[in-house]
This record gives sequence, C-alpha cells and structure tokens, in this order.
Amino acid sequence: MNAFDYRMPRTLDEALAILREYGEEARVIAGGTALVTMMRQRLVRPSCLVSLRQVQGLDRIEATNGALRLGALVTHREAETSPLIRERLPVLSETFRRVATIRIRHMATIGGALAHADPNQDPPVTLMALGARVEIRGAGGQRELPLREFLRDYYETALEPAELVTGVTVPLLPAASGAVFIKFLPRTADDYATVAVAATITLEPDGERCREARIALGSVGVTPLRGRAAEGLLSGERLSENLLHAVGEAVKGEVDPLSDHRGSAAYKREMAAVMVGQALTQAWEAAQRSVRGAR
Amino acid sequence: MTRLIRLTVNGRPHEVEVPTYRTLLDCLRYDLGLTGSKEGCGVGVCGACTVLLDGKMISSCIALAVFADGREITTVEGLAEDERLHPVQQAFVDFGGFQCGICTAGQIVAAKALLDAIPNPSDTDIREWMLGNLCRCTGYYKIIESIRAAAERSHT
Repeated sequence: MNAFDYRMPRTLDEALAILREYGEEARVIAGGTALVTMMRQRLVRPSCLVSLRQVQGLDRIEATNGALRLGALVTHREAETSPLIRERLPVLSETFRRVATIRIRHMATIGGALAHADPNQDPPVTLMALGARVEIRGAGGQRELPLREFLRDYYETALEPAELVTGVTVPLLPAASGAVFIKFLPRTADDYATVAVAATITLEPDGERCREARIALGSVGVTPLRGRAAEGLLSGERLSENLLHAVGEAVKGEVDPLSDHRGSAAYKREMAAVMVGQALTQAWEAAQRSVRGAR
Repeated sequence: MTRLIRLTVNGRPHEVEVPTYRTLLDCLRYDLGLTGSKEGCGVGVCGACTVLLDGKMISSCIALAVFADGREITTVEGLAEDERLHPVQQAFVDFGGFQCGICTAGQIVAAKALLDAIPNPSDTDIREWMLGNLCRCTGYYKIIESIRAAAERSHT
C-alpha cells in the first residue's frame, strides 16, 4: 500500500472540510473492507483517508414514518441482527445475512457499501426493490437521491468528491405483501452472486391477484437494475406458469450482464429469468401468507 | 506518515508507532511479535488472519492498524491460560482438527467466537459460522467434530 495521511474528524463538518481540502485525492473510510482490499491491490492510491469512526450519530437504526432509517456506519452484521429490521423488513435482515462472511459483515458498513458501488453486492439489490433513498451530506447541505439514481455506473455513484453518504431510508412494505432476496451461488456460500434477485409482491385484497410487483437484479449489469418491463406484466395477474415464463423472457431483455469467472453473459441472462421466477413464486407465497394471517 | 496507536492485545496494553498503511495483521506479527495469526489470501476471504476486535471476529489482513486504536484484540496467543490450552484448542488436538496448521489459528479464534456467541451450536450453526475459514487439508469434518466436542465439554 502507498503512504497516506490518516485523519479522524470528530464531526461531519470537519470530515467535509478535509474532503474539500484534498479533493479527489481523499477517500472516506468506514469499515475499510472494500477500500483496504483495493488499496492492497493498488487499484486506488489515495493520499488521505478520512475515517468516520469518531463521528457520532451515524450508527443508528430507527423507525421513522412508514420507513426504517439506517445510519451510514451501521455494519452489515448489525443490520442482519437488528430486532427492529427483523420485525419490520425481514427481507433486509436476510439480505445482509447473505453477504460474504461474518468477519466481513462485522466491519463493512452500509454507507461504505453504497459508496463503493460494486454491482455484485447484495444489499443494493434489495434496497432498490424496496425503493430506498440515499442521504448525502456535502458543503451545500443535505440531499437525498433514490438509490437507482445514486448508482450511476460500474463503481460510480452520484457522490461529488466533497460529499459523503450519511444514511439510507427504506420504506416499509404495504399490507398483503411478500418480499424475498435470493442469490445464485454455483461456487461458494460467501461468494458474490452469479445472479441475485430481490422481489416484492403486493396482492389485491382477494389474496389472488397482483396489485404491484417490484423486481431488482444484481450482478447482471454495471449497476443493480429494476426489471420494469417484467414488473409491468404482473399487475392485475394471477400467478401461473405462463405468466412466469413471459416475465422471465422480459427479464432477459432487460439485463445486460458482463462475462466473468462467475458465468458468461449468456448464462447469466438465462439464469436471471430462472431466478426471477423463483423469487416471484416465493414472494407471492409470502404475500398470500400475509393476507391469510391478516384475516 | 506514522501514527501512535494504543491497543490492548490479549489483555496487555501496547503503544506502537505504525505507518498509516500498516495492516492490523502486520502490526500483530511484526511490531508485537505475535505470529500465530497468518496471512493467507490477503483479501479477507480465507480466514487465516481471523482475530477478535472488541470480541467480534474480523479479517486482520484488511483492517488497518490505526482502525484498532483504543480497542481490544484477541489473538490465538491469548486463549490458553497458564499453559493450559483453551477448550477449543484442546478439542482440535484431541479430534484431529488440523493437519498442516496454516489455517488453524484462524479456525480456533473463529470457533472460540462461535462458542462465545452460541454456547450450544447445532451443526448448521457451526457450518454457517465457520464457512469463511478455509482449510485445504482436513475436509472440514474433523474441524466440525472438534468444535462440537469443545461445546459439549464446556457443558459437562
């Protein structure tokens, strides 16, 4: 690793001032699991690391109006084991549980993962399906972006050099909903997915027809992406083999995977359709259980 | 660029001046002479460098030493008490939980963390917890047996 200055500001304003001072030369560090690995491989050589460890108030998980808010310094392990998240959005707990290993989850933070913007990560997929919004602080104050606008390209976000992520807000699901996150792992359990899918289904009061479906996919493009055309086929419909087939075909047209050692682009495209079918079936069953439970 | 850090390792306080780029693993091995923790993959995947930071297991090869400033570290050297092996260590000896030994320090620290968190783990608990500690010799069955035995012994 290269030599660098290491700063530990005590407030967000101090952190932002250091970022302005160093410009593109500085990197924000929280848990460091992604950044230190990239620095060890000499993929990035920042001249200053700005540690957020001593900044207070960024590590809270709170219920707000119809949503959960997770501070940027909440670790993956804290999100996985939080009783509040497990009760309100179990799909999110399950997603964090599937990330890498416990060792990594103890260090890696939610804000760090979002700023890292690796298209193979798990949490952004579920967060995108749930319509999460990213909270950003810069010199000009605070702004908020939907996650799909925040994630711009391969390892690229909408963050300006002197901005940082302070949290993420995740809307709760309406009644009569089910949500799942599944990942296809042909190699090892702690690997990145070959294809990852998060799906939510909200049913009409009859418990049979779909009112709204949301599908997000990971590892099949330069960012996680929504399967909008596929979603459109589901509203008002009942679950059937024919419907899932049509949805799978639509998904194949929406993904744009890269070939790598986890699979060729053609294979990932086929598997995206398979995984969406499985995810929708499971989410549908969960939504029906929720309807029956409410009766 | 260096920084003075204070950390407690296996109950003993240390003050070390480290280059900012020093990993926690290198600090333990080269500054403090604790060579039990090993570097395997160097990218946080294999688990040979597993240590506890404030009781939580982490990969010390991708943690900066400055990150551990003011905190408590437990390494494999800190488990035995007065020359008496920790129950997890003794079980790995008795049940053949290791062969070449390169992954063993990490396995044992991870297994200790498991039993601290879940004193009576199921085989599924053991497999899920330990999935990030790779071993190329044992085929894992002996490791699982060792951990199960350590858990059972601590209840009798």
